[in-house]
This record gives sequence, C-alpha cells and structure tokens, in this order.
Amino acid sequence: MAGTYSPETLAELERVALEVRRNVLRMTHKAGSGHPGGSLSCTDLLTALYFHELRVDPKNPRWPGRDRFVLSKGHAAPALYSVMAEKGFLPKEELSTLRELGSRLQGHVDAGKLPGIEASTGCLGQGISMAVGMALDARLAKRDSRVYAVLGDGECQEGETWEAFMAGAHFKLDNLTAIIDRNGIETDGTTEEIMALEPLADKTRAFGWHTLVVDGHSFPALLDAFAEAKTVKGRPTMIIAKTVKGKSVSFMENKAAYHGKPPSSEELQKGLRELGVEN
Amino acid sequence: MAALVPPTPATTPPPAAAPARRTESLRDAYGKTLVELGKEDPTMAVLDADLSGSTRTALFGKQFPDRYFNVGVAEQNMMGIAAGLATGGRCVFASTFAVFAAGLAYNTVRQSLGYNRLNVKVVATHGGLTVGGDGGTHQMLEDVALMRSIPGMSVVVPADAPETAAATRTFHASYGPAYMRLSRESFPVVTDGKFQLGHFGVLRDGKDLTYAANGIMVGRALDAADEMAKSGVDVRVVNCSSMKPFDNHTILRAAQETGAILTMEEHTVLTGLGAAVATATSERYPVPVRRIGTPDLFGESGDPWKLMEKYGLSQERILAESFEMLKLRGTKGREGA
Ligand SMILES: Cc1ncc(C[n+]2csc(CCOP(=O)(O)OP(=O)(O)O)c2C)c(N)n1
Ligand SMILES: [Mg+2]
Repeated sequence: MAGTYSPETLAELERVALEVRRNVLRMTHKAGSGHPGGSLSCTDLLTALYFHELRVDPKNPRWPGRDRFVLSKGHAAPALYSVMAEKGFLPKEELSTLRELGSRLQGHVDAGKLPGIEASTGCLGQGISMAVGMALDARLAKRDSRVYAVLGDGECQEGETWEAFMAGAHFKLDNLTAIIDRNGIETDGTTEEIMALEPLADKTRAFGWHTLVVDGHSFPALLDAFAEAKTVKGRPTMIIAKTVKGKSVSFMENKAAYHGKPPSSEELQKGLRELGVEN
Repeated sequence: MAALVPPTPATTPPPAAAPARRTESLRDAYGKTLVELGKEDPTMAVLDADLSGSTRTALFGKQFPDRYFNVGVAEQNMMGIAAGLATGGRCVFASTFAVFAAGLAYNTVRQSLGYNRLNVKVVATHGGLTVGGDGGTHQMLEDVALMRSIPGMSVVVPADAPETAAATRTFHASYGPAYMRLSRESFPVVTDGKFQLGHFGVLRDGKDLTYAANGIMVGRALDAADEMAKSGVDVRVVNCSSMKPFDNHTILRAAQETGAILTMEEHTVLTGLGAAVATATSERYPVPVRRIGTPDLFGESGDPWKLMEKYGLSQERILAESFEMLKLRGTKGREGA
C-alpha cells in the first residue's frame, strides 16, 4: 500500500532531519555529555512523526485532542528537542542549554519542564507502559487521538516492555503504534552479542501486535507504515524500524562507543562538515 | 571563645570547582579489586546490565569471561540470576547504576537476595546528585534508605577509592546480601584505606562539635573542619561509611564528648545518615543534631558541583550550620562548660 509523497514533502523531511542531526552534534558537544548515537538513529523516525504524522499544535501543546507521543528511550532527548524546536515548540536558541542547571532541556526528557513532552522518561522500559495507559485513556474518554511510542532495541531487554506489549494486545489498542529503533546496538555492544532479541518481529507478532519491519531511514517507508497502522483494527501496531546507530556521521555509525560519548571539538567539526556545514 | 558569628557571606558565589585534594575514582578502585578477587577466588562470579564500562565490571569480564554475565538492560533479571548463582555457595557481585539497582530492581533485591539470604553483593555506581547531566531520573537519592530497610542487608557508602577497595574485599570475605553505593565522580582521598563493617573511622579528633558524614561529604567535612579551626572551633570528623551495621557506639561517644552533631550526606535528608544519627542519639543520649542532605526534591540536570551548591551540600552551608549549632549548645566545648 505504498503511498505517493510529493518531492516537496520528502525534501522538507530531509531538510528537517539534516538540521536535527547537526543540532544533536552541537548540543551533546556543548553539554559535554549525552547520547549522540541513539539520537541520530531515531532522528528520521521523530522527524517523520512530528512533520507528517502527529496531530499536535506547538502553539497549544496541551490541546486535549492532540495525538500523544512518548519517547520511551528518554536518552534520545537531544534529537527530540531538536525536532520540537524545528516544529516550533521551543526557540532554537534554547537548544544550546541542554543539560545545564536550570534548563528545560533535561538530560532525559522531562514532562514537568517542557510543554509538549508527554511523559518523563530516562529509566528504560517504562515509557511504553505509559503509552498503553494513554491509549486506554483515549478510549475511555472517547477521544479519537492516537498514541505513539519510540523504544530502543536494547530497551526491549527490560521485562516491563514485554508486559506492556502483552497489555497492548490484550486491551486491543488499535490506537497505539510503537516503533522500535532497531539499530542493533546498546551501551556495551550489539544486542545480539549481549542479550539476543531476534527473531524480534516473530516475538512481537506472537505477542499479538500487527508487526511491520521497515527501513527506518526511508521516509516513504515510514509514512507508509504509519498509514497502515491506522487501518488495523483490534490490535496495536509494532513498527520495527531498521536503523543505523550514529546515522550520517561516518565515524559514529554502528559504533557502540558513541552511545553515550559526545563528539570532541575535532569530531564536531568533522561531523558537521559531513552534514554540510562548517559549524 | 572564638567566633560564634557566621562568616561574612561571600559576595560572589563560590567557584563551582571540584574539591582541591587529590581525587581518585571509586569505580576504578572497585573494578580493579574485582579482578584481584577473581584471581584469589576462582568461583566468584560478576554480573552487569549493559553498563559494564561505566561500572568497571568490564575489567573482570575481560579477565574471567566464563564467570562474567552481562544480561543486557534487565536489572531485575540480573538480580534474580545473581541470586540463583549464589545458591551454590558462590560469592556473586552485581553492578549497575544506583537508581536501577536499588530502585528499579528493589523487590528482586528484597526477595531473591534479602529474603533468601544469599551471598550477593550489589555494588551500585552513579549514586547521588553528582551524576550531573543525566538529571533527576538518574540521580538516586533514596538508595541508602531502601537498602537499609531490607532485613539482613549490609549497606556501605565509602568516602573514597581506598575505602571502596577495602569494602569490596570485606564484602567478599563476609557472608550475606550487601549493598555499596559508589559515585560517577572521583572523590578526594581522605581515608587510610581500612574498612570494617559496623565501624566508623574518626578521621579528625575534636571536642567542640562532630561532623558525621559519608560519601563525598566526608572530604567536605574535613575541609569545613579546617575552616572552623581558624575560628578556634575544634571539630571531630566521623566517616559513617558502614550505614548498616551502624556504629552507634562511635556516634554516642561523639554525642557525649562533643555535645552536638552535624550530619552530611548526598542523599535525601528524610531517611539517610542524618535520620540514623538522630535516632541513635535521641534514644540514648539526646544532643542537638542537625542534618545536611538533599531536601525532599528530585534532582535535575546540571554540573555536579553546581548541583551540590544548589541543593545545600556546600561548604558555606556547613559553616553556617556549624555556627548555629554552637549557639544551640550555648557553649564552645563540653569541657569548657
Ligand atoms: C532501566 C535502565 N537501565 C539502564 C539504563 C542505562 N542506559 C541508558 S541507554 C542504555 C542502552 C539502551 O540501548 P538501546 O535501547 O538500544 O538504545 P539506543 O541504541 O536506541 O540508544 C542503557 C543501558 C537506563 N537508562 N535505564
Ligand atoms: Mg539500540
């Protein structure tokens, strides 16, 4: 059911994602800590969600009828803040305050500080349960809004994620779409070496989720998957997005070392140059 | 009787710098000691949950891959597996960040280790505010309270790297579930590297006032005691690293001999060291006790040392409280009364 998307639509998504990647490098470098690898791998997912899928209003972030988004892998905060700044939820100048004392941009996303963040996360495994609860809330309130969550693949080693998967199917939450950022890498190495997840799609299918495996860096593929999810009745949809950790910054790609290490000054220069700017 | 007046408030905020004494990493000390113990004890096993570089258990994993298990991002599972491994009589160490060890996996620690009385040593890194940038979700300020509440669980908050190494060895040499809280930041070296469960070291003798501190606050207490000496106030500094078993004797002796105790900890002031000292003294030898610790709040992102200032774990606050306490006592020293 491939949709056709205008060249302008796709170009705009590419433009936003490129700017977000630059900001991920700038922000984590300035903060001197943070998680560039997993921010870069989910940049396209977040861009596609915020610029094509989610019904949200940056001028009215608490509009009751909005769709809800939960970043279950809360350490990808730099990517989400950058996408939200592009969308107009916060001034772009504020991005440079990441992790500073008094900043709204906490190291892990904080719903109490930045309007537009739906759930505070950081401790992995919990966001997807909150998303299940939000989907139940929408149903009880007879609200037609949808709920989306992005999880890490390493995060899926937490037992709670599977408890949430069970519950999402049990409650027949067809208003819920979860996306696993399947970059294959966690902190200490590859997921398959540390605690194997495969066959992941078979597992989520067995847990009762309509499961799609897509290229997480292809906007048409992602938009198609989101569209398909909305047609599914009686169960939630799991999109396993195949991604590259550190995507688009050559020396970070597929490197566990950049999970939690910001770029040095030279690396920042090099990375930004690869992303088409000098600084 | 020297200055009972607080020092003139600084016009500029104190520099947000790391302490001036020589610092060493507690995590490094732990990782190195694990490797030594692994050589001495061929049955010892170690577990981690996808943070082996940060906790330093990777050092053990490299040397003894057969006895090392990285279970992925799954802390409850790690604690349960550790307990299972220990059922055969093996000493098992399990590490992750404090917020996941004591917080996320609390009930697994309580039941599988505690209730089962198994020989698992939970050594948690990244305790407290000094986690810094990761923010309030990661700054564990309740772990000592949670772990102390489990019957039979030993709890240690070492002051520096040498004490960390010694406590790791003590854990290995003694039977039973135990918890140790380490930090992300390096701390000043302040102890002689000796450690005994149930025993507090007196790092500086004094008769006018006692500072009872643990973790990073021990170094700060010693600095503050130096400062107080300039005003002629003679402060005793007690390192309360063995939070359980607790050294009531040393605390009560300090109460009797110095007449007032100021506690300091990088932990919620509601349920940590301050509460323990207040309990011990009020039951047996009531003296004025004041507590410095984090207020009843979550932490937030920021530079570790700026956070310490903001949440009141600062030198300024220690000095101000000290002068207040001397006023409460109404006299400089017991002997001079
Ligand atoms: C419960 C919990 N345990 C451990 C951590 C520390 N931690 C942060 S990110 C991470 C690895 C996550 O891997 P993955 O989900 O694959 O993230 P990504 O590759 O998308 O960055 C770990 C262990 C945490 N935040 N929460
Ligand atoms: Mg991953």
